[in-house]
Amino acid sequence: MKKTKHLPHGPDWDFDLLALYDKEIQRVANIYRLNTYPNQIEVITAEQMMDAYSSVGMPIGYRHWSFGKKFIQTEQTYKRGQMGLAYEIVINSDPCIAYLMEENTLPMQALVIAHACYGHNSFFKNNYLFKTWTDASSIIDYLLFAKQYIEQCEEKYGIDEVEDILDSCHALMNYGVDRYKRPQKISLSEEKRRQQERTDYMQSQVNALWRTIPIKPEKTNPAAARFPNEPQENILYFIEKHAPLLQPWQREIVRIVRKISQYFYPQKQTQVMNEGWATFWHYTLMQHLYDEGKLSDKFMLEVIHNHTNVTLQPPYNANYYSGINPYALGFAMFTDIRRICEHPTDEDKEWFPDIAGSNWLDTLHFAMQNFKDESFIGQYLSPKLIRDFKLFGVIDDDSKNYINVEAIHDEAGYQKIRQQLAEQYNLSNIEPNIQVYSVDLNGDRSLKLRYVPHQKIPLGESTQEVLKHLHRLWGFDVSLEQEQDDGKIHILAKVPPNIAVSDDLI
Amino acid sequence: MSHFIDRRLNSKNKSTVNRQRFMRRYKKQIKHAVSDAVTQRSIQDVSSGESISIPQKDLSEPFFHQGNGGKRGKVHPGNDSFVTGDKIKRPPPQGGAGSGEGEASDQGEGNDDFVFQISKDEYLDLLFEDLALPNLEQKQLDKLIEYKTYRAGFTSDGVPANINIVRSLQNSLLRRTALGAGKKRRINELEQQINELRQVKKPNLILIAELEQEVETLKNRVRHLPFIDTFDLKFNNFVQRPVPSSQAVMFCLMDVSGSMDQATKEMAKRFYVLLYLFLTRSYQHIEVVFIRHHTQAKEVDEQEFFYSQETGGTIVSSALKLMHEIVQERYPENQWNIYAAQASDGDNWADDSPTCRKILEDKLLPWLRYYAYIEITNRPHQSLWREYEKLTETHPEFAMQHIRSVNDIFPVFRELFKKQAA
Repeated sequence: MKKTKHLPHGPDWDFDLLALYDKEIQRVANIYRLNTYPNQIEVITAEQMMDAYSSVGMPIGYRHWSFGKKFIQTEQTYKRGQMGLAYEIVINSDPCIAYLMEENTLPMQALVIAHACYGHNSFFKNNYLFKTWTDASSIIDYLLFAKQYIEQCEEKYGIDEVEDILDSCHALMNYGVDRYKRPQKISLSEEKRRQQERTDYMQSQVNALWRTIPIKPEKTNPAAARFPNEPQENILYFIEKHAPLLQPWQREIVRIVRKISQYFYPQKQTQVMNEGWATFWHYTLMQHLYDEGKLSDKFMLEVIHNHTNVTLQPPYNANYYSGINPYALGFAMFTDIRRICEHPTDEDKEWFPDIAGSNWLDTLHFAMQNFKDESFIGQYLSPKLIRDFKLFGVIDDDSKNYINVEAIHDEAGYQKIRQQLAEQYNLSNIEPNIQVYSVDLNGDRSLKLRYVPHQKIPLGESTQEVLKHLHRLWGFDVSLEQEQDDGKIHILAKVPPNIAVSDDLI
Repeated sequence: MSHFIDRRLNSKNKSTVNRQRFMRRYKKQIKHAVSDAVTQRSIQDVSSGESISIPQKDLSEPFFHQGNGGKRGKVHPGNDSFVTGDKIKRPPPQGGAGSGEGEASDQGEGNDDFVFQISKDEYLDLLFEDLALPNLEQKQLDKLIEYKTYRAGFTSDGVPANINIVRSLQNSLLRRTALGAGKKRRINELEQQINELRQVKKPNLILIAELEQEVETLKNRVRHLPFIDTFDLKFNNFVQRPVPSSQAVMFCLMDVSGSMDQATKEMAKRFYVLLYLFLTRSYQHIEVVFIRHHTQAKEVDEQEFFYSQETGGTIVSSALKLMHEIVQERYPENQWNIYAAQASDGDNWADDSPTCRKILEDKLLPWLRYYAYIEITNRPHQSLWREYEKLTETHPEFAMQHIRSVNDIFPVFRELFKKQAA
């Protein structure tokens, strides 16, 4: 038997070895048609990794105390040894930036290159959510623009002023996301030019909206002329366009926070898929190299060891159980899809008639490109996986004093569990549905939000605080109301709160 | 296609600014934690940083999220015992496999405080921030001057004890070589000449004898060169240079009679800490002497000073006398910068107060850098205060202040030292 020469197996690495491994991994990735952005692989120290952590994965971040808080937290837990640092961080940009920790051994570096630079990278480039909602080529430019702009604002208007606005925007960050419109692609210089235009234009629009000179006395029924015409889910966008008292630079900051929130939105929706895809490929690529005889046993054992750690799923009653591990679930699902394609059982043929026996690579790419967590699980979670994970679904209804087991891994339960798990990853079930409902244009300019509860789940306790932030941005009274099942409107919170009293009296 | 970059040498403190922003924003809480910390550590412990704890709720970043309650479904792995339709007791809200974990974890780490470390410098800066230290600089010139001896090369006269042997012998060798070389050369020449004359068949014996005579004379002269001469001697040279004394002693005097409660002592402690910290910025070596007194004074350790209970009347002069004795005995005033801080609630035997003033005026103040008296009380001043007031007019190194609550300490401390600088 012809014996191929092993690649060097470390454990120490140098840049030549990294390049060698990258070349090999890339060659294999091409065999599997992994289509990626060019890679920019940066080696950093543990301390720099903590910096990267605290800026929530933005390679260039504007300055804000909350990032300092995260940094201190990370530093503390790391120093006490409560937490290891990630082996890598990867940025959805073109070229795709991946940070590798210098402390990793050579097998780890190879694993991480396969995971981040070919797994995540190809996911960023090909998944429909990322393609639609993020623009990898301009994000670095945009972050740079944001940082510089906010710095300029700090110089001009003072750190405190800027911090106030940023605090308020951060409180509403999750509500700065468009779900149905596609953002435009623009470059840094273009962004700067347009920013000026926008500033002028927006200010004039706001003025028009609040113009005190009466336009025409064609006033009809005030209830009919509701503004906005339809409820708005993107609260920050609404603030940016319509808040009456904001300065132009404040509007721009609202916009920056909104843009960044939008950029991260797809990552929130594809945790399981993204990690599963990357894990599947680091496993498959390294296995392929091993089969070719390029990797020594020693090297492969370390790879497998780390892979196993990452994909560990503790059972519900373990002390260290903290929900379903997205790496484990995602990896198992992609592996399972491949199995269904290559070695379908009768059960698979019944459940997945369209993919059982098909080309596994085509199917896998299709699944990666066209789904998010919720739909991916709804489409591909197989009975075999439910049995393997021993999944069971519970319903916790606060009107009952026990938790009910709805379904377990049996014939009757597969459908239910699949649906329940898919819903668990539906962001609109997790994030409260709050929308801008109306503005009292002709009266006190108060802003009304409306909360529509999902499954009667009430809002958490920081609601009043968030409203205070919204009040700062809007500049006039703000209230949050809830539409109950019987159609009655119930006011949850108001800022300033004293209005609530007078309102009740009326 | 891939491009490798080594970022390890890039500046690493990318988060420094954000950390400062954080400190800036939570200054109030951090300062509060710092002032708490002051009471908890020994007054001499200023070399370490401090661990700051801020209530988590003050730091939270609010956002809209779901609360507890409602109807939630959740899928868990690892079913080992359940079948459909089982009813499980709801686990206590804190733990494990209950409902709504996704949300619960979002809400943060519960009620734990947010704890982090600040460095020593940050700690001191926060502590001294209000004290306007620049005003204190003049005070530093006022330090006791000591003379210290430094080596300053070599000189040609001095006492025998300072003779530098190596240098002296070098000079000796030099001198002997210089004085003897010409003669030795001449001796060699003459001896060679004698040898040549002897080679001749008929040597000129008279000439040889003359030459030999000359050689003998020269050798004699060389022999008589002195091995060492006063001219050779070199001495180590020393000069005296003035240096500000870097040692200080701080006397803490406190009334521990029944009228002083623990809260009052805590206040006094903060004041001592501040004084100590201030001294550490000026002196390398600081000793602290604790003297507590009721009717009798006693030197004690820090723990006993602040925390042991005593009752009885008050005679302040006993402490001053003891302090005077200790100064006489252990801290010669030409070597030590002596500071003292006295804390009291103002109670004293009326007869004793004039005595106190006299002791201070005659025996202590002339030798002291600074004497601070703080009175911690809510009542009107008594005889001690009035006696001390007379001192302030004539003695700039004596200062007194009235403290009513903890909040007064920082301003009072600043006031005390400002006065000194003016």
